[in-house]
Amino acid sequence: MKQSKGDKIFHICLGIFMFLFVVITLYPVLNTVAISFNNGLDAVKGGIHLLPRKFTVENYQKVLQKQSLVQGALVTVARTIIGTLTSLAANALLAFIVSRKRFLFKRGMSLFWVITMYVNGGMIPIFLLFKTLGLTNSFWVYIIPGMVSAFNMLVLRTYMEGIPDSLEESAQLDGAGYFTIFAKIISPLCLPVYATVALFVAVGQWNSWFDAMLYNRMSEQYTTLQYELMKLLSTVMNQTGSVDSAKNAASSVTPVSIRSAATIVTMLPIVCLYPFLQRYFVTGLTIGGVKE
Amino acid sequence: MAKEKGKDKKITWAEVKRQKFLLLWSAVFVVYGAIFYYIPLGGWIMAFQNYKPAKGFLGSDFVGMDKFKFLFADNTFLQVIRNTFAMGILNLVTTFVMAILFAILLNEMKSMGGKKVVQTISYLPHFLSWIIVTGILHDALSGTGIVNELLMKFGLIKQNINFFAKPGYFWPIVAFANVWKETGWNAIIYLAAITAIDPSLYEAAAIDGAGRWAKIRHITLPGIRPTIMILLLINIGNVLNAGFEVQYLLGNGLVQSVSQTIDIYILKWGISQFDYSIGTAAGIFKSAVSIALVIIANYVAKKTGEDKLF
Repeated sequence: MKQSKGDKIFHICLGIFMFLFVVITLYPVLNTVAISFNNGLDAVKGGIHLLPRKFTVENYQKVLQKQSLVQGALVTVARTIIGTLTSLAANALLAFIVSRKRFLFKRGMSLFWVITMYVNGGMIPIFLLFKTLGLTNSFWVYIIPGMVSAFNMLVLRTYMEGIPDSLEESAQLDGAGYFTIFAKIISPLCLPVYATVALFVAVGQWNSWFDAMLYNRMSEQYTTLQYELMKLLSTVMNQTGSVDSAKNAASSVTPVSIRSAATIVTMLPIVCLYPFLQRYFVTGLTIGGVKE
Repeated sequence: MAKEKGKDKKITWAEVKRQKFLLLWSAVFVVYGAIFYYIPLGGWIMAFQNYKPAKGFLGSDFVGMDKFKFLFADNTFLQVIRNTFAMGILNLVTTFVMAILFAILLNEMKSMGGKKVVQTISYLPHFLSWIIVTGILHDALSGTGIVNELLMKFGLIKQNINFFAKPGYFWPIVAFANVWKETGWNAIIYLAAITAIDPSLYEAAAIDGAGRWAKIRHITLPGIRPTIMILLLINIGNVLNAGFEVQYLLGNGLVQSVSQTIDIYILKWGISQFDYSIGTAAGIFKSAVSIALVIIANYVAKKTGEDKLF
């Protein structure tokens, strides 16, 4: 106990460090919330920190009236739901196949997919392939190409390999086929890791924008929330020091204020959900991190 | 994986029939994988051609290594390689150090409640897209943003700094963006590794009179060393992949000599200028370097007796 004084100082320093860490993490987000609820013209003057100075919900009204953003939101919700379900089903089935001890091509199938983690054709050949397959200017470019991911498959495989073989063997004695074993025996035991993978896929789907820009630039009906947000971001960046441009605008909504509101709308679903899903991604990462 | 060696590996008809479900779906997955992962590799042929979409792969003229010669004679491409490596390595080092530091410090926190709260908040940025992260970073660093305001208040500057107009700031900004987004998330694995360290080691060290720093240096750090090494191995192969979204979103004409990366170069030549051959050649270069990095890292790990990837 002789170290108690040094201990005290250490814990005070630690407390300060953690406090600063939290402030640096949260401040930019809270600041965006404040700006999103502030009169746009007023916000240009600066000096807004954690609370709005001239409160308004006008920015949010504008965002909800913007047809492209609403369309983007619909597409994003659709791709997140469909993409997560199909990707989970595909990865789970593949992981099930390569984790069967007696499967004839167990090693070959694993290798076939692990290679895809390290080698790929690159942006241009993939772009041309999608064009040939009719996946450009199509909703399905969000779903089909990324359906199987070797990383997620490996996370699932590792988990499935931890399930005792005796369960499978006794089911086989009862005459169950592989589909029954997959659907009725293995899958119910894998629900935690299914949740993990679903979370990874869903976050990826929700946040991706590059595919919308690259493959569906010409098809406004397939725009996504993040891509629309990106367009708003470039408007803001291309007119920095925007006092003049703001003066010219007819309403009190500025590109910065509308972008802030759109940012909050976009992040809200994930921010509300992730604290409750912590144990799923923590286990998923620890499984995935140590394996291949 | 080599456990089942003793089992008979002879393919009997009965076994094939029994595994019908597995085999059928495997075939589906192989076709799918071939289309989306292996067929694009065939597109590499474009790098050795003067590829014209109208003429196709068969009709376009072969030009040998001309496209690669063009690349390495192009100063922009050399600049782009430098930028990609510099930012990739800078990001790798800073995110690694910060995540390890954060995990160790978080582990030292006494209050369980406080720890939980800090950790939950630390994950938040990981779930935000790069669009959002670069957007709020842009706000924070703008003329009316918090950074300039604080610097002014403390009298460190007399005039606002335009962070996005000076090339010197670009790499640090990108590194900071990565640290801000991923520190809490990357710390998860280290925290799990720290929890797995045998507590009796710390007790024994305490009896020997080891202080906090001695314990961190001689127990915690060696304890998470295998985790650090394996993550380093995985990430070294990804160094060149770390250079796209932030640079694309934050880059502008004033800083493009330091902001452009290989992927942005490919995008410009391939997608915007329709020169598929140059774009593909640059892509092949990137793949080759990435694979070489993984193999070298793996070799070094094997030599030094660390875990290896494969």
